[in-house]
Amino acid sequence: MALHVLDPSHEMKVAGIHPAPRPVSLEGKTVGIITNGKEGTKRYFSRVDRLLRDELGVADVVWRQKKNYSAPAEAAIIDEARKWHAAVTGVGD
Amino acid sequence: MPDTAFAAPTRPALSSKVYDVDDFAAAQELFHSNGWTDGLPVVPPTEKAVAECLEWALMPPDQLVGIEPVRAQPITAEKLAINAVMAGCLPMHFPIVATAWQAMLKDEFLLHGISSSTGGCAVFVVINGPIRLEIGASGTFNALGNSDRATSVIGRAIRLGLINLMDVRPGGIDRSTFGHPGKFSFCLAEDEEGTGWQSLAAMRGIPDGLSAVTVMAAMSPRQIMNEWTADPKDILETFAAEMRSNQLNYSIYGGNYAILIPKQLRDIIEAAGWTKRDVAEYVFERARVTRKDWASVGKGAIVRDRPEKVHTALESPDHLLVIAAGGPAGGFGAVIAPWMGSKTKAVTAAIGACVDCEPPKN
Repeated sequence: MALHVLDPSHEMKVAGIHPAPRPVSLEGKTVGIITNGKEGTKRYFSRVDRLLRDELGVADVVWRQKKNYSAPAEAAIIDEARKWHAAVTGVGD
Repeated sequence: MPDTAFAAPTRPALSSKVYDVDDFAAAQELFHSNGWTDGLPVVPPTEKAVAECLEWALMPPDQLVGIEPVRAQPITAEKLAINAVMAGCLPMHFPIVATAWQAMLKDEFLLHGISSSTGGCAVFVVINGPIRLEIGASGTFNALGNSDRATSVIGRAIRLGLINLMDVRPGGIDRSTFGHPGKFSFCLAEDEEGTGWQSLAAMRGIPDGLSAVTVMAAMSPRQIMNEWTADPKDILETFAAEMRSNQLNYSIYGGNYAILIPKQLRDIIEAAGWTKRDVAEYVFERARVTRKDWASVGKGAIVRDRPEKVHTALESPDHLLVIAAGGPAGGFGAVIAPWMGSKTKAVTAAIGACVDCEPPKN
C-alpha cells in the first residue's frame, strides 16, 4: 500500500545565519583567532598564526579565548571581532 | 453551498515536504538513506498520525517551541511531532516530547554544546506527575532499561529530533568519541507511588498535581550496590564514592548529578526519617575530592600547583537530582553524572500548564 510520509528534517529552514563577506586577500589585514582554550588548540592555532603571517601576509593576528569551550563566544569578543578583517574559529580538542 | 455550521472541522495544513513511497519497506529505505533515523526502523510519519499528535497537545503545526540559540534553528511543533511518530509515540506521549524540547532549548541547558561535544552525553528525561500513570510509564522494574513503551519511545523521540532538526549525526554535529546507549533512548518515570518523598519535580519548584519533565545532559548510568547496612549514611556513602570516582576518572568539576535510589534502599533511608533534602545535603558533603587525588588515577600531570584545592561534585545540594526509581528488590543504585561540570544545567518544565485551554479554532 502506498504511503505518503512527511520529511522529518528541518528542510534547511534555518534562520538568522549568514556567512560574512569573504576578503579577497589577507595581505596587511588583521585576523582574529577565537579559540575554545582546549589543550590541543594551542599548537594548532600557533601553526595557523604562523601560516597567516608568513604565507598570507597578515599584518596582525589577535588571539581571544572563550570562557566556556562549548558555548558561543562572549559578546565582548564578538564586538571586538567587528574590527577584524577576518576571524578563524571552530571546535578543537 | 454546504452548510458550514455542520461541516467537519479541517485540520491545519502541515508544511513539511511529502514523499510518496510504495510501502513500509520503501519508507524505511527512504528514511535510512537520508540519515533520518537512529539506525532502527521507524514508524512512517503520515499526515494523519502527525496531526493527531498535534491535536492531542493542542499545538498548531507552526507553533514555535523554541529557537536553538547557537545556530538560530527554529524548532516547530510539526517537526517535533513527525519525529515523535517516527519514534513510535502515540498522541498522548507527544506533550512530554514537546515540553522536553522546551526545556532543552533554555539557554542554561546549552543544547548545542551538549549535543556536539566529544564528551558524548545523552539527554536524560525524567517524567513526574499524573501523566506518568496516564501513559503507562513505569519507574520500577528495569527502570533504566526497556521498562515500558512510553519511556522508550519518548526518549527515542528526543534523539530523533536532535538528529533531524539539529543535524546531530555521528561525525556531523555529533562529535562524540564514544557516546553511550542512552543516546537511543534515555527516559525514566519516577516511582512516585513507591515513596513518601517529594517528587523530583516538586523538589525543583513545580506545584503539586502538575506533571513535569526534567532534562539533564547525562553520561551513562554507573550502578552501585550496598545491601549490607541499615544505616542511611553507609548507603549514601556508596553513592558518594561513585561520584568521587567519576570526578577523578571523568570530570572533576561540579554539576548536576542524578542518583537513583530503589525501594529496598529507600525504605531504609525513609524509615530513618531522611528527606530528599537530607540525602542531598549528606551527599554534597561527601562527594568531593582534592586535586592531588588525580595523581592516583594517572592524572598527576594536571594537579599542578594546587594539590589541596577541593572540588565538590555538586555546586550545592540543590544540584543533586534525587530520584526514586528501580525495581522493588535489590540493594542497588545508580549514579548519573553530568556531561561536563556546570557548563550545562538540568531544566524542569511543567507539562500542559495551561489551564482552560481549548482546541484551536479551525
